[in-house]
Amino acid sequence: MNKTSFSLLFLLVFLTSCGNNVSPVDSGLENQIFHFGNGSEPQGLDPHIVTGVPEHHILIALCEGLTSSNPKGGAALPGMAESWSISDDGKTYTFNINKDARWSNGDKVTADDFVWSWNRVLTPSLGSQYTDMLYYVEGAKDFYDGNIDDFSQVGVKAINDNTLEVVLNNPTPFFLGLLSHYSTWPVHKDTVLKHGTIDDRNGQWTRPGNFVCNGPMQLKSWELNNKIVVEKNPFYWDAQTVKLNEIHFYPVTNIMTEDRMFRAGQLHSTYTVPAQKCPVYIEEENPNLSITPYMGTYFYRTNTLNPVLKDAKVRKALAYSINREQIVKKVSQCGQLPAFSFTPPGANGYEPETEIPYDLDLARELLAEAGFPNGEGFPVLEILFNTSEDHRKIALAVQQMWQSALGINVELVNMDWKVYLSRESSGDFQISRAGWIGDYEDPNTFLDLMMPDRGNNKTGWANLEYAELVNKANQTLDQDERYALFRQAEKILIDELPIIPIYTYVRPIQLSPDVKGWDSNYLDHHHPKYIYLERD
Amino acid sequence: MLLIFLKRVLAAIPVLIIVASLTFFLVRLAPGGPFDSDRAVSDEVLINLQEAYNLNAPLSEQYFDYMSGVIVGDFGPSFRYPGRGVSEMIFTGLPVTLELALYSILIAVLVGIFSGVLAALKRNTMLDFIPMAIAMIGICVPTFLMGPLLVLIFGINLEVLPVSGWGNLPGDKLLPSITLGFAYAAYIARLSRGGMLEILGQDFIRTARAKGLSERVVVTKHAMQGGLIPVVSFLGPAVAGLLAGSFVVETIFQIPGLGRFYVEAAFNRDYTMILGTTIFFSSMIVFFNLLSDMAVMFLNPRARD
Repeated sequence: MNKTSFSLLFLLVFLTSCGNNVSPVDSGLENQIFHFGNGSEPQGLDPHIVTGVPEHHILIALCEGLTSSNPKGGAALPGMAESWSISDDGKTYTFNINKDARWSNGDKVTADDFVWSWNRVLTPSLGSQYTDMLYYVEGAKDFYDGNIDDFSQVGVKAINDNTLEVVLNNPTPFFLGLLSHYSTWPVHKDTVLKHGTIDDRNGQWTRPGNFVCNGPMQLKSWELNNKIVVEKNPFYWDAQTVKLNEIHFYPVTNIMTEDRMFRAGQLHSTYTVPAQKCPVYIEEENPNLSITPYMGTYFYRTNTLNPVLKDAKVRKALAYSINREQIVKKVSQCGQLPAFSFTPPGANGYEPETEIPYDLDLARELLAEAGFPNGEGFPVLEILFNTSEDHRKIALAVQQMWQSALGINVELVNMDWKVYLSRESSGDFQISRAGWIGDYEDPNTFLDLMMPDRGNNKTGWANLEYAELVNKANQTLDQDERYALFRQAEKILIDELPIIPIYTYVRPIQLSPDVKGWDSNYLDHHHPKYIYLERD
Repeated sequence: MLLIFLKRVLAAIPVLIIVASLTFFLVRLAPGGPFDSDRAVSDEVLINLQEAYNLNAPLSEQYFDYMSGVIVGDFGPSFRYPGRGVSEMIFTGLPVTLELALYSILIAVLVGIFSGVLAALKRNTMLDFIPMAIAMIGICVPTFLMGPLLVLIFGINLEVLPVSGWGNLPGDKLLPSITLGFAYAAYIARLSRGGMLEILGQDFIRTARAKGLSERVVVTKHAMQGGLIPVVSFLGPAVAGLLAGSFVVETIFQIPGLGRFYVEAAFNRDYTMILGTTIFFSSMIVFFNLLSDMAVMFLNPRARD
């Protein structure tokens, strides 16, 4: 092939490929098709098996629990249950299932569906990772542990087709909030059993064509690592509210690619914003940048079993010499808020009353009291973090602050994600980076973490007074009284500092101004039934 | 030839078994397991999960179970993606990766050989310097820079091509193919220039010219057959490299190919997926090396001994 013919061929391919100039975002606007950057390929679409945020984004479109997330945050809204009542002792919940509730194949949603689904979650051989969400239900843990074999002894019963009764171990004021978590959502029994057994992790029921669920959208297609398309479900009980015709979820792992896709009009919303671009977008007042509060805390775990770090004075000295304002302004630079408590303030009206001073003199004094005046004799301190440029920057800043304020030697250790996790859970660390995102809007989702026997505590810190206060709070019905107990517990936590809070997360994304009905809420749950597209 | 081919195929089997066995034990030695997550699961949940994937059995039993599965073509279920088999995922990603490799290698071969041969013929002129300078850039500029650069120009500034995707929007296959192909085109250009220069100085070329053959015949019929042998030997490993190394381009352009599974499996400690993709890519490398060796033997009688 000579030069001319090759150039011609090339030009031809080039030109034929450039015919279509309407961007997906514009054509989506016409047809109510929402193009959604969704981070990574979901593990799957079985709500009882998967874990993770991308999975949640898709499942909230496909399935629905007894309650549904309030787009503006706060109290849960009716979902499959149109109403409910709570007994005076706060332990018995009676849910009235919406009589119009249907599965996407037209079958009626019944109370039995929930009983069967919770039985499935609690079946050990299914290997669900969120069983603890249901442990608040009477007998649930005993069933999971094999102490009882008969599921009818578990506190969830179908009184009739439309009435579900749930009996809890303790009054659990956040129980309704828990129900907006996908692990408590129902699955369609016949469909699951048609493609496998109750405990089959690898059943094919979640494939397009097989998938049946009860949410505002239904599964249309699923191309692995390419996109998942969901379309409006005509059988949804509140179908008249749903305005979107389709949502296309793109698993874009590379955040720079996602940024380019948004700029080229291929996405209406992104999963995140590259950290280095955030300050630029803030400065140029980019109208597409959306930064909203997010119920999560970025913190450092200290290993309280370490001979040096077991002294609370040392931990305080470390915490008091971190300039949080500086970190959010100069390092993270994306609107994060300095954190002075473990629970993000404002979670369902809860305001922690703790303080972590930035006081270098006090920090030095405390370190001297602990036996290390001017840092003398203090062993080299390691900060462990999983490999990431963002975590490195924070760790570098903290390293600098500790070294200059306390005169101690600090080293940074970065590890691959899984190695980092395994070192953290085996206690093979001194200080380690961590983050926690609330599962439901209640301080318990944070404070429960630091209870002595919790797998995610990982600090070796066990304070019985703290545990007692948290337990007591969770048996208290009165909200004010309960929050007062939580505040006391949180005070103990921040006084002992097994964890050193650094900042409260925000959710930075790029969002086209044409996307309407996208309200901000603390859990970042966006129910697709309220979202629509309209030229701004 | 056939005998050599069969011998090589037989020799490949132990290689693959060793690769599979080493990988099997090495992934289990790596710290962290498939079910570690930042939300640690309780011990009883972990035991149930491991039970579901037979990870509680003795290692030797797991090994023999796995290997007997592999023999019949069953790579087991993915740990990371419940409900997906490893074989299924490989065969979902493979056509995409193959298509990308095919376009890239076409671009690489066409552009590379054309500019390499031209540079050799017009030695020490602008037609030699310019393509070779571009080739040098092509070798030096990594795909993770070239890709975003092309996207910035054609996707965002000129708005003529989509910035990502594969088969979703018209023209979205062009930029990734060029990005991946260009790096290889650069190598091929330099290899074919070198090969051609060596051959063009040889006696049989002088004889051909002395016979009065036209320059076109001398180049295409006599010189290229020998001059391109280095390119042919390079193509085998290059295709294998394209398949296994397309990860970067697949990530930049959001392409649902096999490369992404391969790399992500390692990060996720998705044991069966790591093994499946490793065995698959090893077979590909062995196969394409064999293919290029056979092609060289076909072109060059001296290599047949």
